[in-house]
Amino acid sequence: MGLVVAENITKIYSVVAAKVSKNYKVGEITIRALSEVSFEIEPASFVSFVGPSGSGKTTLLNLIGCLDKPTEGKLEVGDTDVLHLDRKQSAKFRGENIGFIFQDFNLIPVLTVYENIEYPLLMVQNVPGGERKKRILALLEAVGMIDQKDKYPDQISGGQKQRVAIARALVTNPKLVLADEPTANLDHKTAFLVLESMRKMRDEFQTTFVFSTHDQKIVGEAEVIYSLEDGELVGKQAKGGAKDAQPF
Amino acid sequence: MHNLFKIAVRNLLRYKRRTLLTASLIGIGVVFVLVFVAVTGSFKSMMIGQITDSMMGQLQVHRKGYLASIENLPLNLNLKFQAYQKLEGILKQQPEVEAFSPRIKFGGMFSTFVETTNIRLNGVYPDLEFRTVPLLSSRLTNGTAKSLEKGEIWIPELMSKSMKVKSGDTVVVIATNKDGSVNGKQFKVTGVLESVTGPGGRDSYIHIEDAMEVLRMEEMEISEIAVRLKDFNRVNTFTARMETLISTEVGKQGNPIFEVHSWEKLSPFYNIARMIDIMTFFIKIMLIAIVLISIMNVMIMAVYERIREIGTVAAIGTLPGKILSMFVVEGFCLGAVGAVAGTLLGLIIMVVLNHAGMTFNFGRQVLVVSATIVPADVLIITGIVVAISVIASFQPALKASRMEPIKALRHV
Repeated sequence: MGLVVAENITKIYSVVAAKVSKNYKVGEITIRALSEVSFEIEPASFVSFVGPSGSGKTTLLNLIGCLDKPTEGKLEVGDTDVLHLDRKQSAKFRGENIGFIFQDFNLIPVLTVYENIEYPLLMVQNVPGGERKKRILALLEAVGMIDQKDKYPDQISGGQKQRVAIARALVTNPKLVLADEPTANLDHKTAFLVLESMRKMRDEFQTTFVFSTHDQKIVGEAEVIYSLEDGELVGKQAKGGAKDAQPF
Repeated sequence: MHNLFKIAVRNLLRYKRRTLLTASLIGIGVVFVLVFVAVTGSFKSMMIGQITDSMMGQLQVHRKGYLASIENLPLNLNLKFQAYQKLEGILKQQPEVEAFSPRIKFGGMFSTFVETTNIRLNGVYPDLEFRTVPLLSSRLTNGTAKSLEKGEIWIPELMSKSMKVKSGDTVVVIATNKDGSVNGKQFKVTGVLESVTGPGGRDSYIHIEDAMEVLRMEEMEISEIAVRLKDFNRVNTFTARMETLISTEVGKQGNPIFEVHSWEKLSPFYNIARMIDIMTFFIKIMLIAIVLISIMNVMIMAVYERIREIGTVAAIGTLPGKILSMFVVEGFCLGAVGAVAGTLLGLIIMVVLNHAGMTFNFGRQVLVVSATIVPADVLIITGIVVAISVIASFQPALKASRMEPIKALRHV
């Protein structure tokens, strides 16, 4: 967990970003995708980054997820300074600490629902058979997909695929789950059901959930909402009861 | 590892037609190579067998220096009887030796009383010769002889036709001995020998005691000793061992008495056999090229089509080495399926060919296809295909493992 010491109070965070910037080079032109973004995310929180397309949501999630590295600033995920991880260390770190939920679900088409959830346990964490089965069945039960476990991804609906993706993200017991536009390809009813599943999982497993969205209707489902515009963090909003809420 | 294979097989089944086509191409390549190796190997074995078993023997021992002058059949380079006895003693002690046959070889004149020509003669002990070159009697095209008795001669078919000599005719053989003395002897033709490939196609056979009489030898002198082993595959090993054994036998001046040569050194057919081996090698190279290009093509396509999947598995923490393994195993499976299918089909084709009894007529010789392949060759060909499959899939697999997950996830 990242540590921030302020006014003699030490707080533990899942993610700590301090003046994080990210530049991309497209030919001769440098594009500033993120500009000196600073924030902290508490453990077991349900956080959303909102903003229009091109505001830097995906870039920020990629940085938190160790899929990319900031150009400037400091970024800690858990108690790890992710700036100094090499390619292999990043992969290992992701496998042990972070779960991913993708907009397009990204399930492996040749594996069944059960095998998709099993994949990170087998290929990333080498979890023994008995433990593997216990965890997968518990998660399948939790996301309501136990009856569909032998189906292949092309045999289930979009909402079901995203529930499988949630189970796959959680099966490794990660500290943090990142979801980039997890409801973008779903209808509203299904989108709410998926978010409900995510929140339920957060409550059950005490995992920090961070998701990005540009859909104003589902933004309200988050407990803490960070707003991004043109690569800058322009506000933070917390639901009633959440600490450090700063209306903007 | 089991999971890598499971994913690989399922990914291959995902594009069934492409997998089937590629595996078929590899399989056909394997079939072609196996059948080619088996058929050419069968021809080669038949030719070698004909040369060694009907005329030459599998290896020969001469007096040192004889082979260099063999075209002249020099009588002054024959082995003295004592030297032959020494050699006979050595050969009898070798468990690998099945039989050996001493020969007196010399040149002479062959006369039908009407026409005369030159002739190469082999004086042999018939029983020893037949045990050493068991196909000799099968070369008899006509004649009533069951064995070669004293006073009888077996002549080559070419001479029989050109001199119009047939079985039962009386002929005269005239030869000069090493002292320059000329002698002649009448023989009855009891056999006509069909030709074989290589030298010796014009050789005639008489009893060794007749040869001694024609050459006025008081004590037997031997030109060469042909040897047959129990296991043909041990010829080279045994020849090497014989070289060591006979190297201790030296003359008065300290020079070695004997020299030993395997059929490979004695027959020009060995060069043809080597050419067949070289052709087989190039056919294998073609197979390697087929496998390399096919697998590489499929794996490059597989990586290209699955970039987002690669991004996903990399994002969720799959280490680059494991991603590499996933694609290498896929290439391995594809190659293995092609190799196994090709091997099975190749073996079936060989059985069918052998049952069909196909023959090839090469003028005087008719060869019956008897396709055989040793298990080692099957394993080597299968191994090459599988190894090349792994090598061919390595580059695309490496590319997949080095992909940046973020770029791969963005791929459309």
